[in-house]
Amino acid sequence: MTISPPAPPSTPTPGPDAPPVAVPDAPPATGAPAPRRTVAGRGFGGIGSDRARVDGPAKVTGTAPYAYEQEVENPAYLFGVTSAIAVGRIVDIDTTQAERVPGVLLVLTHRNAPRLRTKLMGELVVLQSDRVRHRGEYIGAVVAQTPEAAREAAALVRVRYDDEGGDVDFHADHPAATVPKRGAAGNPREEKGDVEAGLAGAAHLVDATYTTATEFHSPMEPHPITALWHPRPGLDPRARRLTIYEADQGPIATQLILAPMLGLLPNQIKIHSPFVGGAFGGKGMPHAHVMLVVLAAKLLAGRPVKFALTRQQMFATVGYRPPTAQRLRLAADADGRLTAVVHESVSPTAKLATFVEQAVGITRVMYATPNRRTEQRVVPLDIAPGTFMRAPGEFSGAFALETAMDELAVATGLDPIELRRRNEPDVDPDTGKPWSTRNLLACLDTGADRFGWEVRTGRPGERRDGEWLLGMGVAAASFPASHALSTWARITFAGGRYVVELQASDLGTGAWTILPQIAADALEVPVDLVDARIGSTGLPVAMIAGGSMGTYTWGNSIIAAARAFRRKHGPLPADGATARAQGRLPSGARQFARHSFGAHFAEVAVSEVTGEVRVRRMLGVFACGRIVNPRTARSQFVGGMTMGLSAALHEAGHRDPRTGHVVNHDLAGYHIAAHADVLDLDADWVEEFDPYVSPTGAKGIGEVGIVGVPAAIGNAIYDATGRRVRDLPFTPDKLVG
Amino acid sequence: MRPFVYERATDVADALDRAGDGAVFLAGGTNLVDHLRLGVRSAERLVDITRIGLDEVEELPGGGLRVGALVRNSDLAAHPALRRGFPVVAQALLAGASGQLRNMATTGGNLLQRTRCVYFQDVTMPCTKRDPGSGCSALEGYAAGNAIFETSPRCMAVHPSDLCVALVALDAVVRTTGPAGDREIPMTELYRRAEDGPETDTHLVPGELITHVDLPPLAPGTRSAYRKVRERASYAFALVSVAAALDVVDGRVRDARLGFGGVCHRPFRARRAEEALVGGPADAAAFAAAIDAELAHARPGRDNAAKVPILRNTALAVLAGLADEGARS
Ligand SMILES: Cc1cc2nc3c(=O)[nH]c(=O)nc-3n(C[C@H](O)[C@H](O)[C@H](O)COP(=O)(O)OP(=O)(O)OC[C@H]3O[C@@H](n4cnc5c(N)ncnc54)[C@H](O)[C@@H]3O)c2cc1C
Repeated sequence: MTISPPAPPSTPTPGPDAPPVAVPDAPPATGAPAPRRTVAGRGFGGIGSDRARVDGPAKVTGTAPYAYEQEVENPAYLFGVTSAIAVGRIVDIDTTQAERVPGVLLVLTHRNAPRLRTKLMGELVVLQSDRVRHRGEYIGAVVAQTPEAAREAAALVRVRYDDEGGDVDFHADHPAATVPKRGAAGNPREEKGDVEAGLAGAAHLVDATYTTATEFHSPMEPHPITALWHPRPGLDPRARRLTIYEADQGPIATQLILAPMLGLLPNQIKIHSPFVGGAFGGKGMPHAHVMLVVLAAKLLAGRPVKFALTRQQMFATVGYRPPTAQRLRLAADADGRLTAVVHESVSPTAKLATFVEQAVGITRVMYATPNRRTEQRVVPLDIAPGTFMRAPGEFSGAFALETAMDELAVATGLDPIELRRRNEPDVDPDTGKPWSTRNLLACLDTGADRFGWEVRTGRPGERRDGEWLLGMGVAAASFPASHALSTWARITFAGGRYVVELQASDLGTGAWTILPQIAADALEVPVDLVDARIGSTGLPVAMIAGGSMGTYTWGNSIIAAARAFRRKHGPLPADGATARAQGRLPSGARQFARHSFGAHFAEVAVSEVTGEVRVRRMLGVFACGRIVNPRTARSQFVGGMTMGLSAALHEAGHRDPRTGHVVNHDLAGYHIAAHADVLDLDADWVEEFDPYVSPTGAKGIGEVGIVGVPAAIGNAIYDATGRRVRDLPFTPDKLVG
Repeated sequence: MRPFVYERATDVADALDRAGDGAVFLAGGTNLVDHLRLGVRSAERLVDITRIGLDEVEELPGGGLRVGALVRNSDLAAHPALRRGFPVVAQALLAGASGQLRNMATTGGNLLQRTRCVYFQDVTMPCTKRDPGSGCSALEGYAAGNAIFETSPRCMAVHPSDLCVALVALDAVVRTTGPAGDREIPMTELYRRAEDGPETDTHLVPGELITHVDLPPLAPGTRSAYRKVRERASYAFALVSVAAALDVVDGRVRDARLGFGGVCHRPFRARRAEEALVGGPADAAAFAAAIDAELAHARPGRDNAAKVPILRNTALAVLAGLADEGARS
């Protein structure tokens, strides 16, 4: 299937940064021919080629230098001391026993820690006072010759607190719930039309509350970091140098945040993050331990200080997806057309640093309705800060919205796909702008075909396999294709090869592999002649790997750099020829609403005996613009779906009601899907080309794959059993009795 | 982690010689090493017992089995005599942990693994089992995993093993040697109830070494099975589990053995249900009456009430399956 983008509302004058070769020749009418592909195309291994990961061999042989494996001379090892209370004051911190442990080099507390210059990021303000702001907060550190000595000594630091209790228990009707002033992605509150009238006149009304759980990124690689302050060559503060090896979705953010807090200029900090062992949003911003290590290393200038979190610590200070409680009201006329939508969500945030899980955003773009109100509230608590986690907001909101749509389908007697078709918006319901590309219906129809949706009767309890009730469910997905930061790239020709350089980051996603593909395409050379250099400060400034924006933003600047390179140096460049350029948002782009879309199908089996749920089959079909590399793209989609399945069936961090720390803080207690849970899972896509996101034609693929998965599974559970579970995860206790 | 001395014992006598004085036996290490790392436990000396022998399964006259304490969980699960005569044990083993862990874990270690209660494993929280007299954090804390049988405010933890649930049901006998001489302790008497003092899990004395576990034979024609409930399809401890053996003759229950996992401070033997079953008809109504007689003594709390219906359904399904299997053969 080939789907073309619509014409822009008025033909834009091609500016200097207009898409070079990818835009259709003429504004296509509906059903217009496929857009022209870039010239090099297949055969050269360019965009669209199924290229194997270039870093695969290094990774599977254990030779890829992740942050902890970076060779440094004579490293010292840190272990953190963390608070045992939620809120209060440190009355006394006794380090004498710790200092006596053989091999200990330094015991760091708020008494001897270097002072920070600014409080730019609250989460990073560590060891600056005797205040404790959440349980598990770093209140000290031990640095020793070996990691074992550091850990042993850290356990011997004796702390006396003045315990002030703390408010750690989240519930939806918490009196402190407010509409956040800052921190929300988009407006936390909006209203259009006459909601009350829309509700009152409805033939069908779904009014239900949905909850999602606290979730943890749990990447394999436990946030390692090595920091080295180079010995000061003199008194000039500008001669100071700090080198950091860490796992980062984009070193630029860490560099720009650390610099002012440490009283340095950004270029005094060098950060290397060539390989990242999974991130999922958790490595998008620096967390407290980064500052802890940097402060310790400052007192041991000349000596690299290393730290990797324990699995338990990964549940304390490196962020999580905050839980939500969401009330959704869908009002529809007799034909199932929405007459009003009200989506209200509340979730906790840390007093220390606001992070808003903006769940209501997706409801503003999915379905047409004349009347809508959405409102996001937060409850500030004395807990560690949350952070972005794969599809922040959209994941949580889609669970509520797409389950409610299923409930509306039941209420109206419509097939869930037909219900969505009837509410498909011509233009973006949020902004009123036309879509750059929106092929949700194509995803639903293609998926229904491939999945065998016609087998579903819509009558729960009819299909079974012994004690296992079988059911099918569907849910829609979307994720914005935003533009956050114009990115630079440099292309250089040396020794017969091209190298493309920028601060991009490969989280295991495939950037090392696909950025040369984009460059090869634009340079019109075979991909085997192109190398990438990414993952370090000092390279051209680029967008971080976040918000599903990496590939198209980086691709944009790579194409711009390639064009600049060819303009300047022609097809036969001299050795050392180089060019740099910035990729800007394609002209005309702002006139469009830009989003990725997808549809998830799930078939589940639910035991009538035990309430256990097994997902037998899942299929996701996506519309995400051009697919730059089908192999790495498929693994992004399937990875997102697996994570969604895991969230649906297993994942929930449980907080102690007194201290607010996560009690099931290891992977034996915090379950993620095991191999036996992930059975037949497949991803596919409809062909699409979106010139208004970037000249690559691509939209984002990293996050849309997780959006809506729990709803599809929950809707399948309803289809199997007739039970509507509105609280994640779908554990046996919710399906038995 | 505190430094410790590692020693390797060469035989049983050598292991006993090295016991005492802050020594701890190290078998597969899959539980002990975690605890050393977490600070849940400390040891001055680790005495590795994996090379002292005791790693064979012996068939006893009359159809019983003698399992060496160092037989690995995966080897035991694969043993033909066990699979033939005691499917409930093989199934319980295979329902536990992961392939890699089962390759390391030993029979004796499995019996003596400690609770997975989140507070027991967190040295910053009070826990009487870990730190006698400090109280139970699970009472007012996260309580979804708590016990429902023989509950005590002193400790709400449950025993985590799958294997042990099958072994208590089958009246297995633990053979030990040590300071108190050689002993034979029925599995049903090995473990302490929370009320008896949760500080120690078992009635073993310090330095006592488990050498074997004896499985007495089941009457010919007895069917047995294990079923474990968990929201993750593998690699998860039991939400609840049921081990059952049923001997049905002419539609009536001649013998019934029933063990429950995930519900009690010790691997739980459902004697009340057994008594109700024996001599009665092998039908759904009788099964339900028997299980309900046991469940009448369950004391769920605010977060773990679902264990009761899940256990009920699972026990009934296992019994029905065994009765069916018997009838079909
Ligand atoms: C992630 C994870 C998941 C798991 N899931 C399950 C599960 O689902 N079901 C389940 O049943 N188990 C499960 N287990 C537990 C596992 O079965 C036990 O850790 C294992 O059986 C312990 O055996 P080991 O030989 O490694 O014991 P070790 O760790 O070596 O020892 C445990 C204890 O037993 C003592 N000990 C060992 N042998 C003897 C002996 N012969 N005489 C006297 N004392 C002895 C040791 O001193 C120590 O105190 C899991 C474990 C992990 C880590």
